[in-house]
Amino acid sequence: MRKLSIKDAINEALVESFQNDKNVILMGEDIAGGKGREEYPGTQDSWGGPFGVTQGLLTKFGPERVRDTTITEAGFFGAAVGAAMTGLRPIVELMYVDFLGVCFDQLMNQAAKMRYMFGGKQRVPMVVRTVVGAGFRAGSEHSQALYSLYVHIPGLKVVAPYDAYDAKGLLLSAIQDDDPVIFMEHKRLYMKECDVPENMDPIPLGKGRIRRPGKDITIIAIQRMNLFAEEAAENMAQEGIDCEIIDPRTYSPLDEELIFESVRKTGKVIVVDESNPKCSLASEITSLIAEKCFDDLKAAVIKITAPHTPVPFSPPMEDFYIPSTEKITQAIKKLYHG
Amino acid sequence: MDIDSEKLHWIYKKLFTIRSFEERIKKIALEKSVPGYLHTCIGSEAICVGVMSALEADDWISSTYRNHGHSIAKNCELKEITSEIYGRSTGICKGRGGSMHISDFDKGMLGSFGIVAAGPPVVLGAALQEKINGGTKMSATFFGDGAIHNGAFHEAAGLAKLWDVPMLFVCENNGYAEATATDWHLNTKELKDIAKAYDMISYQGDGNNVFEVRQITRDAIIESKAKNTPIFLEFKNYRFSGQYEGDTQLYQPLEEIEEAKKNDPIKKSIEMAAQYNLSLDEVKNIQSEALKEVNDAFDFAETQPWPNPEDALEEVYVNYPRELLL
Repeated sequence: MRKLSIKDAINEALVESFQNDKNVILMGEDIAGGKGREEYPGTQDSWGGPFGVTQGLLTKFGPERVRDTTITEAGFFGAAVGAAMTGLRPIVELMYVDFLGVCFDQLMNQAAKMRYMFGGKQRVPMVVRTVVGAGFRAGSEHSQALYSLYVHIPGLKVVAPYDAYDAKGLLLSAIQDDDPVIFMEHKRLYMKECDVPENMDPIPLGKGRIRRPGKDITIIAIQRMNLFAEEAAENMAQEGIDCEIIDPRTYSPLDEELIFESVRKTGKVIVVDESNPKCSLASEITSLIAEKCFDDLKAAVIKITAPHTPVPFSPPMEDFYIPSTEKITQAIKKLYHG
Repeated sequence: MDIDSEKLHWIYKKLFTIRSFEERIKKIALEKSVPGYLHTCIGSEAICVGVMSALEADDWISSTYRNHGHSIAKNCELKEITSEIYGRSTGICKGRGGSMHISDFDKGMLGSFGIVAAGPPVVLGAALQEKINGGTKMSATFFGDGAIHNGAFHEAAGLAKLWDVPMLFVCENNGYAEATATDWHLNTKELKDIAKAYDMISYQGDGNNVFEVRQITRDAIIESKAKNTPIFLEFKNYRFSGQYEGDTQLYQPLEEIEEAKKNDPIKKSIEMAAQYNLSLDEVKNIQSEALKEVNDAFDFAETQPWPNPEDALEEVYVNYPRELLL
């Protein structure tokens, strides 16, 4: 089977969605690039966003459906809400999730609440694609992973793929979904490749995935943390410790049952999340386990997260900030040996 | 124009320092020997230096992720700037900020922000403080043409005018908002006309001419303080650098870049030196002084220690239990 990077898998899902539904449009800052220099050959579509994910879409589908915007997140996010309610399926790109502050109102108060507070007549089928994650030496305002800010809001769905297969399948679903979906792409994973079939069905939202079956310890890993969880599990397998890794993939709705099943089996749990610890996905998942699986637990859940600090720039500090394979390995040993 | 020889020397030194610094950083970016994103300001030197030469050393400013020129012109220590870009512990932000956030509060910098248009409201606040406390410091916020559509800019502009706050909105119109050409994204014929919506005084100048930038800014400061009103300044120049280092710049036509080189602010400044009784030899001496300072700064930065990993936990708050950070 052919291998595809996450970057290319997302591009492919976008192309297929554009082909399958004429109501799909894309808006964002320099998602094509070269606007205003149309008369010069080679200037158009020269960016495809800062990571080149949307490159080629302008050429394939034209400027009416692939719209470069000014630096006005509140404006084009709001426009996406209105366009979604009245018949389009807009996909908007928030260049870095850190820029959420600029447009949060349109998501939090408008997109998320309209259907509910206006009596259930509206649907807001929009997708927000955004880039998250530390490890790029990009400093405090371009490195956050604000999963829980979105998960906290009723009305928003939240998806974060770890590999190219999930990226394609989940994005296809997100675009077809009738609710606003936040689709979070990790900047350190874009070039990560895996097998992706030419034709694949959408992957339903709300279904987690067991990335590694095991019987001794459950590791619930958030997006890029699957990488470190896999490394730690691999290392510990050599010592005869059998870890199960759960990748929830969708954080709202969360596949709680998949997590609980694993916890009932192992009784020992590690949750790994690269975002800040307070009111985080890690604390949410831990509290759910405490509520629903208390009698199955053989030890207290171990949370491994970033500290309660902004993301620092300098490499030694940023490496300290991000959960590591080593920290997960230590936690596995602690839980296993008691 | 009244300008003493010390100031003149300062102006040329800063122009050359910024250009040499950015050229060195571009080279280092290619070698990938510094971490993270770099946004250089080649082409903005005259605006950085012209405005700063008109401000007092302790006046307030804000900058953006394209801040090296502003920081150098604001007299931040070059060694500390370089060390910060290298991520070392002696950096101007102790290695926590990086290239996008070079800023020294002690030099009157309120911050260098990574979010477009984050600066204008913050500088409005500093200007308001001066007004309330009867202070005399001027406040100036730097932003690019890409920021003028953003709500934060408009809200700050409206409030500044309503509150009669003296401050400068300094727009560097460098032809590109990221990878989008300014002449496409502007809704007004001239960028400075955006200020009309707020009945704000505005002026436009050649951002490649350091002396014109200086004169317009000096006049604007006097007028802004005398009339208790914000003033919008638009300086036109050209962004020779890409949006960031590594940007292919395919959206910038080669003909356009060649044309812009004719008005390169450094070239122009050298050509104008004679008007200010500065000989070519003197100019060259200043140029070597600047280059030496830049070389020293890089030599310094390369040998500086890395921060300790746990330093990540410092100064999140003024006061907070440290054990609750982990």
